Amino acid sequence: MTAATHSGAEGFLHRFEGLRARLPGQRLPWVQALRAEAAERFRAAGFPTRRVEAWKYTDLRPVSEAGFEEPLTALDDGEGLPTARCNRRAVFVDGRFREDLSQLASSPFAIASLADALPQLESRLGELARPAEEPLVALNTMLFEDGLVVSVPAGIDGGVIELSSIASRSERPSAFHPRHLIRLEAGASLTIIESASGPANTRYLHNPVFEIVLERGARLTHARLQQEGGRGFQLGTIYARIEAGGVYDNFTLNAGGKLVRNEIHAVLAGPHAACHMNGAQLLRDGQHADTTTVLDHAAPDCASRQTYKTVLQGKSRGVFQGKIHVHQVAQRTDGYQMNQALLLSPEAEIDSKPQLEIYADDVKCSHGATVGALDADQLFYLRARGIPEALARAMLVEAFLAEAIEGVGDPTARAALEEAVTGWWQEKAA
Amino acid sequence: MPAVAETLDTVQSVTEGTYKWGFETEIEMDFAPKGLNEDTVRFISAQKKEPEWLLEWRLKAFATWQKMQEPRWPAVKYPPIDYQDAYYYAAPKKKQGPKSLEEVDPELLKTYAKLGIPLKEQAILAGVEGAGDSPSEGGRMPIAVDAVFDSVSVATSYKERLAKDGIIFCAISEAVHEHPELVKQYLGTVVPPGDNFYAALNSAVFTDGSFVYIPKGVRCPMELSTYFRINAKSTGQFERTLIIADEGAVVSYLEGCTAPMRDENQLHAAVVELVALDDSQIKYSTVQNWYPGDAEGRGGIYNFVTKRAQCRGKRSKVSWTQVETGSAITWKYPSCVLLGDDSVGEFYSVAITNNHQQADTGTKMIHVGKRTTSTIVSKGISAGKGQNTYRGLVRVAPTASGARNFTQCDSLLIGDQCGAHTVPYIENRNMTAKVEHEATTSRIAEDQLFYCRQRGLSEEDAVGLIVNGFCREVLKELPMEFAVEAQKLLQISLEGSVG
Repeated sequence: MTAATHSGAEGFLHRFEGLRARLPGQRLPWVQALRAEAAERFRAAGFPTRRVEAWKYTDLRPVSEAGFEEPLTALDDGEGLPTARCNRRAVFVDGRFREDLSQLASSPFAIASLADALPQLESRLGELARPAEEPLVALNTMLFEDGLVVSVPAGIDGGVIELSSIASRSERPSAFHPRHLIRLEAGASLTIIESASGPANTRYLHNPVFEIVLERGARLTHARLQQEGGRGFQLGTIYARIEAGGVYDNFTLNAGGKLVRNEIHAVLAGPHAACHMNGAQLLRDGQHADTTTVLDHAAPDCASRQTYKTVLQGKSRGVFQGKIHVHQVAQRTDGYQMNQALLLSPEAEIDSKPQLEIYADDVKCSHGATVGALDADQLFYLRARGIPEALARAMLVEAFLAEAIEGVGDPTARAALEEAVTGWWQEKAA
Repeated sequence: MPAVAETLDTVQSVTEGTYKWGFETEIEMDFAPKGLNEDTVRFISAQKKEPEWLLEWRLKAFATWQKMQEPRWPAVKYPPIDYQDAYYYAAPKKKQGPKSLEEVDPELLKTYAKLGIPLKEQAILAGVEGAGDSPSEGGRMPIAVDAVFDSVSVATSYKERLAKDGIIFCAISEAVHEHPELVKQYLGTVVPPGDNFYAALNSAVFTDGSFVYIPKGVRCPMELSTYFRINAKSTGQFERTLIIADEGAVVSYLEGCTAPMRDENQLHAAVVELVALDDSQIKYSTVQNWYPGDAEGRGGIYNFVTKRAQCRGKRSKVSWTQVETGSAITWKYPSCVLLGDDSVGEFYSVAITNNHQQADTGTKMIHVGKRTTSTIVSKGISAGKGQNTYRGLVRVAPTASGARNFTQCDSLLIGDQCGAHTVPYIENRNMTAKVEHEATTSRIAEDQLFYCRQRGLSEEDAVGLIVNGFCREVLKELPMEFAVEAQKLLQISLEGSVG
């Protein structure tokens, strides 16, 4: 590897050396050990290059070469915060929890800032994340400052909470690496609506890691609206473990950002667990969005469903990589994955790599992928009925995306997603 | 062969549980010294009395190879290969011009018989004078055969008949002397010497293979066929095949492979290059039955092959059909580069892995020309402890307006110790192109098995029947003679995988 590929990594390692005495948990030996080991991993691996198979289609040089520094947040900065969708909301500015902007008083269960709760988190932090395998997770582990910690007790319906992340306006490029821990005990349920946004002209890196544990029979709906600023980067990694009978329902909308990666590692760890991962990527000129999913069927009788849609305009590039891994014990697995892309511009590019790795014989697994332009016949049909071309195209794009969105069960989450999709299309028309 | 006899034959092969092609022919051989260095390359070139340009080409390839790394990305596992511990040149010693079959080395004849080559063709292959002049008996459609032993093409039949149409079908070493302008023009233009590790190795040490040239507007009057056989111990086989279909030409080419049973692994690293010019068609069929190793995974061939076609001409078409039942490890991706407008690429594949076999196979379809279309149908069957991977790429370049691809790739699992994997890559940079991919994985349904068993079929026959049905879309693409052989092979390959 050349020195150039390491330059970005060295910058972060240098910052870590300077900051380590001030990062949360500096008095907790286990946190120190965790950070030190992650730093070693990150030093050894550096930023992944395109020669690494998992990063074949996404070039991280714009991120590694940006020379990010730690954020300096102005005190009054609630600017650009979207209006709340429900009555409980945790707000993070530049990856730091802001009690003054959050509304969490009415919560019947524990919601805390990671920085505050850190002494109690030894068994939870790092339970699922694998910094040894993912350099960006190592980077997060090395430098995390804060995050959201949610624990819903057994049998409780936790309702809806909102997790809003915003980046503040800044002259210098800054990076933040929040770590969010979500745990639902047996039979509990919760909906999280997560949004991420930032100012249009600030360069920043948002590198969140989620660790999500769903115990027996727990249900989590996780709707994500990624609307980062036009010069922002988001490289997010979610780890989820779903125990017997549990259901994890993830929907990710990638609409913003300059370069975005949404990576999900879900493990179906107990019988009859289910995982639904859906998403839409709406891309405009100059954007690059990558959805990478790894779904481990590690127990028998589990089901997984994935539907991902990408719509591309201008000179944009969309990537989908989805792997279903069926372990030998996972008999009677039912796995389905579909990814489709709609190219609306001659300069757009889509790369798709659906992947099956199967070691059990009594399984039903399939995947499909289609790539193409808007169907000329469908367009003609609508035009023939007097619908103007712009509207006809909008209708067809909306219909294309509907299949992925209608799977989102929670009405608040679905409404938020639909609104974001409409907003994206109208902004384009305007 | 009548159906009953064929069934008996199959049953016998199944019950014996042996690899019926596992014979070794004791023929006097010329060997190059073991090992690989520049001198080996020079020795091979000198043995072939090659012109200077080809030696230079080989040495350049060898230098490239030395700088390259063995690929590690395929989903296959094997111990490191010692490239110095193999012979790179092994040629059967040739006696001059036998007058009749009696004079031919009986060991060679036995080999032909076991390969299933008809007597008439045996005579031609063994170089009996005058044997190639009369047309084939019994009104059967003749097949022109080129037999390649270890490294060297031993004989080619029907040459004179083919020459009447201007068709060249001969050993590539012969073509180097007889048709240097064609070889020089096309060799290494589809698979450049530095393309990959094994292609570079092959370019340095290839010893023989087939050469085919079909002139403008000629439809080849018979199937062309090559039998490849690795015979000697500790040898690698590095054949190189080059097929050129000139404007409007049509050709169908078959390839069959066998090797003796050995408890060591042998390397087979071939390169096949196809060039299709305007309006031409090439159909390339393979039944690959290299020795797969025994039930414990000892021995067997490492089949690391680079096959690629360039559809250079407008409306040209290349169709790959492969039935992969043999080899301990198979690593090959017969591909099509669709350069000409309206050109067509097809890939039909059946790959079986049983016992400890591993296969990582698939195709690449590179769409460059306008309105190019490609079809991929891949059927993978895993049994025993076999691991089967489909790996394919469909790439649409910005220039390929109106390109179209359809890919279907199905896997069948028999037993809970095997694995079936699918790794397709789809890269589209043209909005008017349409690419579709679908893949399924399943096992043989209990109700299908029950239905067959109820009608008196043994479990193995039932599995054979169902597997043949599963592969039908691919098998029907094979020329008749091969289709029958392939069906039997499927059944034999799966022996011991049920019950």
